[in-house]
Amino acid sequence: MEEKAIICKDLTKQFGDFVAVNKISFEVDSGEIFGFLGANGAGKTTAMRMLCGLSFPSSGEATVAGFNVFNQQEKIKRNIGYMSQKFSLYENLSILENIEFFGGIYGLSDRQLKEKGEELVNTLRLQKEAKKMVGELPLGWKQKLAFSVAIIHKPKIVFLDEPTGGVDPITRRQFWDLIYKAADDGITVFVTTHYMDEAEYCNRISIMVDGRIDALDTPTNLKKQFSAETMNDVFYELARGAKRSDN
Amino acid sequence: MRTLKFLLRKEFKQIFRDKGLLPLIFIMPMIQLLVMPLAANFDVKNVNVAIVDHDHSTYTQQLVNKIGASGYFRIANYSDSYKEALHLVEHEKADIILEIPQNFERNLIRENNQKVFLAADAINGVKGSIGSAYLTTVLTDFNSDVRLKWVQPQRLGAVSTIGIDYSNWFNPLMDYHKFMVPAILALLVTMVGGFVAALNIVREKEIGTIEQINVTPIKKWEFILGKMIPFWLIGIFDFTLGLLIARFVYGIIPVGSIATLYLFVSVYMIALLGFGLLVSTYSSNQLQAMFVAFFFMMIFILMSGLFSPVENMPQWAKVISNLTPVTHFVEVMRMIVLKGSTFANIKKQFFIEIIFAVVLNSWAIWNYRKTS
Ligand SMILES: Nc1ncnc2c1ncn2[C@@H]1O[C@H](COP(=O)(O)OP(=O)(O)OP(=O)(O)O)[C@@H](O)[C@H]1O
Ligand SMILES: [Mg+2]
Repeated sequence: MEEKAIICKDLTKQFGDFVAVNKISFEVDSGEIFGFLGANGAGKTTAMRMLCGLSFPSSGEATVAGFNVFNQQEKIKRNIGYMSQKFSLYENLSILENIEFFGGIYGLSDRQLKEKGEELVNTLRLQKEAKKMVGELPLGWKQKLAFSVAIIHKPKIVFLDEPTGGVDPITRRQFWDLIYKAADDGITVFVTTHYMDEAEYCNRISIMVDGRIDALDTPTNLKKQFSAETMNDVFYELARGAKRSDN
Repeated sequence: MRTLKFLLRKEFKQIFRDKGLLPLIFIMPMIQLLVMPLAANFDVKNVNVAIVDHDHSTYTQQLVNKIGASGYFRIANYSDSYKEALHLVEHEKADIILEIPQNFERNLIRENNQKVFLAADAINGVKGSIGSAYLTTVLTDFNSDVRLKWVQPQRLGAVSTIGIDYSNWFNPLMDYHKFMVPAILALLVTMVGGFVAALNIVREKEIGTIEQINVTPIKKWEFILGKMIPFWLIGIFDFTLGLLIARFVYGIIPVGSIATLYLFVSVYMIALLGFGLLVSTYSSNQLQAMFVAFFFMMIFILMSGLFSPVENMPQWAKVISNLTPVTHFVEVMRMIVLKGSTFANIKKQFFIEIIFAVVLNSWAIWNYRKTS
């Protein structure tokens, strides 16, 4: 049996008195596409940042790629890729320069960097824009580039925080093609989204409400469990009870 | 090491693409070095001295003439009342009071030693302190005249001294530029290096790119070093440009060794950039970093002895002054450029800067958190 990509038990993050993530427990299998859903402010980003070794958990335990999130963050970082909710590549570097920089930091050789650069520019069909500054690209392309950079070093797991936020339906579709391709290559995908159609693309999903995980299963089972027609109804059923919401 | 290569390549590309930063780094310092000494120069040519003479000897008369003839001073008043002189300073009619005690002539000849008293207006500090420094030179000059005239052949070795407050004045040509240009150069290198470094990491925090860096397995020291090296080179480049301006515009050629000068600046830049990066790691946005850096830079610069001599400061201020890297740099700049001091002379300051460099940078690396 494959080892677990992520094991998370009672993981908690507190900011002062405020409990942003409240004792969440779940496991993600290797090779799985795991959807991490929740309303605004539910605590998705906070949880994801702990799993990526960007933030110290307050309590609980978790391992990512077999490493402890409390004291092996740097080992975790060697095995994961991360695409943050806010676009965070360098806008005043070109596409190829960003690829070269992050690839270089991850220890790719010069030949690998050159190949990667060409490959990515080709799959993303960005030949004409390869030398343009990233800041000038439309959002959809920026997101695709950010995803490509996040998996440039072939990590075991990639964390995607709302990778398709604010992007048109066609580009979203293309983005999910990229996600499936990565999953085919054996990368475990941990993804947050607010789009319920995207939730259906996941193998399993969890739904967070006010810092807790209130539901976790395959989309089909969840719909059965909540006797709902669509994922939208499931989400609405759960999120309705939420006290914490930005809107 | 390979990681460092990519960091540096990226950092240089960003610096040279930043249209706002380039003039700040390369042009503004040069303009300041060209303008600041010229602007300040005019003031210092007309230092108003109030002389309080309790001696009224031919000797004091000679001294007064000499001061008047130097071209830098205007004798604002000549009397035997200190009160009257003080009154003039209070009404900004005089910048410096020179008090000559009773029996000045007699003591100088008989005992080979006589003190005069110097008081400088602290409100117009630049004029007061530079004026005092000039006056010291005139007095020292005058003093050696005395020796030539009065000293007996068998006592040739003995030098009669006039004790005065300012002891380390070493600009015999009394050229204001020579006094200020090395210090202003020190100031500019400090400002550019300090601010640029302080604003850099925090900028990556503000636009969010640091998140993408922090999630890679990059080492903390690699990241800090990747920030440090480009700014270090810029600092050295600015310093070199400044030396060239000093040479070709002001005709100042360092008396001491250029190699020693660069050795010292190299270490100083590391200490200063360490300070900037430290501020950056503590701040969460550029505005905050700017204010914090500005606060410390003001203290550093005002306390550095750039405008008012450190030896005139009260004890507590001297302590603070010695705790800033800038003070030692300004001192060494003047020592090497004007006095021709050798490495042996500046050894103490050199090791102090090394300590600053090690402490500030270790602190910055320690405080830079990849996991918060
Ligand atoms: N550094 C922080 N200090 C204090 N509170 C924080 C901090 N970071 C996040 N929070 C709070 O924690 C809660 C969860 O935030 P988080 O960003 O994880 O939500 P999210 O599920 O990602 O929401 P969204 O869908 O809007 O991205 C929010 O109420 C937020 O205000
Ligand atoms: Mg979020």
